[in-house]
Amino acid sequence: MKRKKSKCVSYAKWGYIFLIPFFLVYIIFQLIPLLSTFYNSFFENYRVGLMQVGPTFVGFKNYKEILFNSELPMYLKNTFIIWMMGFIPQMFFSLLLASWFTDLRLRLKCSGFFKTVIYMPNLIMASAFSMLFYTIFSDVGPINNLLNSMGLPTYRFLAEVAGARGLIALMNFLMWFGNTTIVLMAGIMGIDTGIMEAARIDGASSFQIFRKITLPIIKPIMAYTLVTSLIGGIQMFDVPQILTNGNGNPDRTSMTAIMYLNKHLYSKNYGMAGALSVILFIITAVLSIFVFKYVTKDMVDTGAKTSKKAKK
Amino acid sequence: MSTETNKKKADKSDKIALYIQRTLCYIVLILLSILCLFSFYVLLINTTRSHPDIQKGFSLIPGKSFLVNMKNLLTDKQLPVLSGMANSLLVASGTAILSVYFSALTAYAIHAYNFRFKKLAFTFIMIIMMVPTQVSALGFIKQMSDMHLMNSFIPLVVPSIASPVVFFFIKQYMDSVLPIELVEAARIDGAHEFRIFNQIVLPLMKPAIAVQAIFTFVASWNNYFIPSLLLNKDSKKTLPILIAQLRSADFLKFDMGKVYMMLGFAILPVIVVYLCLSKFIVRGVTLGGVKG
Repeated sequence: MKRKKSKCVSYAKWGYIFLIPFFLVYIIFQLIPLLSTFYNSFFENYRVGLMQVGPTFVGFKNYKEILFNSELPMYLKNTFIIWMMGFIPQMFFSLLLASWFTDLRLRLKCSGFFKTVIYMPNLIMASAFSMLFYTIFSDVGPINNLLNSMGLPTYRFLAEVAGARGLIALMNFLMWFGNTTIVLMAGIMGIDTGIMEAARIDGASSFQIFRKITLPIIKPIMAYTLVTSLIGGIQMFDVPQILTNGNGNPDRTSMTAIMYLNKHLYSKNYGMAGALSVILFIITAVLSIFVFKYVTKDMVDTGAKTSKKAKK
Repeated sequence: MSTETNKKKADKSDKIALYIQRTLCYIVLILLSILCLFSFYVLLINTTRSHPDIQKGFSLIPGKSFLVNMKNLLTDKQLPVLSGMANSLLVASGTAILSVYFSALTAYAIHAYNFRFKKLAFTFIMIIMMVPTQVSALGFIKQMSDMHLMNSFIPLVVPSIASPVVFFFIKQYMDSVLPIELVEAARIDGAHEFRIFNQIVLPLMKPAIAVQAIFTFVASWNNYFIPSLLLNKDSKKTLPILIAQLRSADFLKFDMGKVYMMLGFAILPVIVVYLCLSKFIVRGVTLGGVKG
């Protein structure tokens, strides 16, 4: 016993040594910039042409300006709407596919092929994917060619609110539903098949089994997917930025919060960019606390249990 | 008698229902697959067609201008594709290597040693996992310009040493795979702590490391937000920045064959690699991660 204790003491320093690179890099490249972002949000600091204004301390003026006097609320609303337009079909199809792929009675053929195909868009460069959609759905692109050849008029996707938002949501959907399907599948496959078997013998239909057994059990994973997707949704940038060339066409209805941040950063409007960053940080923090408190903890606990079992 | 025929009937109708359900599944799956593949198919076809052909209309049959398009793209001085690709490759490989090695090291420190702030360190990493890079972008860019690191790859590669997500995945895997007895045995044999990590722990972590390396590589290859704010010299630009440049240029004046070829350069290598490793990658999405 004593020996073991002394052993721990002599090796403990290696724990610290091995943690040095991570924390050193984190502090230099992320923590200090984060704090400096917070600090900058309290200063008036921007550029008009070649003239530099500030930095002068102004307290919460930037926050007041951006919350009540800018278009940020509208951009947050845009972001949320576009995210919802992509997330609802994403969750729907992911649940559907995950339950089909794991259904022992269906025994779908080629499920490996389908999984490969639906996951693929997740790895594609979002900016290139967006540019590709831009060329395909442009006024003279393949889709409008098809429409014209069927005798339909040209639909200007990027000049219509529904068209532009719909395209962004479609891309988000395509990029993420495969990923969600696989995550949900892992959850469903973790369910004891005995329960399902018993339900089936009692005469439950596939749909009943799904609603009464599968859905309640995978609820934590669904909540996790929902919140992480929402956090990802707030960070939406590449797709709308490239698709609309940073303008959020038409009439800034597809401008997202991070596109707005990018605009301020690009024009060196540091005060406003700082305040905006802090607001986005707070929104993400609240959502993350939710994940951490209610969802991840459950999963980490069950994960720890299964690994303990495996060890035994 | 009658109950038996009823049972048979029920079996039969069950079979028909199953058959219908299966057909429905296949229809939905095929439609979704077409939706996923359509844009990439158009891309592939249009890289082989000349500008006038593409302008004429949509076609599902490849043309003959693949090499011409490629030549046009590579000789275009406005779009340094080759250097863009080399830059992307360099940044992405550097990021992948650093992030998996140091994440494994960090995970090992927390897994194998007992020290006072162990729990605190772990909780801290879990908390910072959710902070998006965009919210610290302002401070990051200011600091990099103060450190004279604009147009350098250091701010794109080195920060990946601290990747909480990669750390978390490797830690989960380590918990289920690495017995502490193995480390103790190596200690008794007189191995140095650092050597134990490099020669015993790392090889055991190979499956998790490989998967995470692929994901980090792809994420870095696709990254657009931070690089676009840091790199403005033509010779340093990565592929996503060149694509954004293509978008902001006067689009209609462009040779469309060239545009598609450029997109092909960014997208098709990833698809080819993915198709080779797909089983491994799809399995890796949940490896050590979300477990019901």
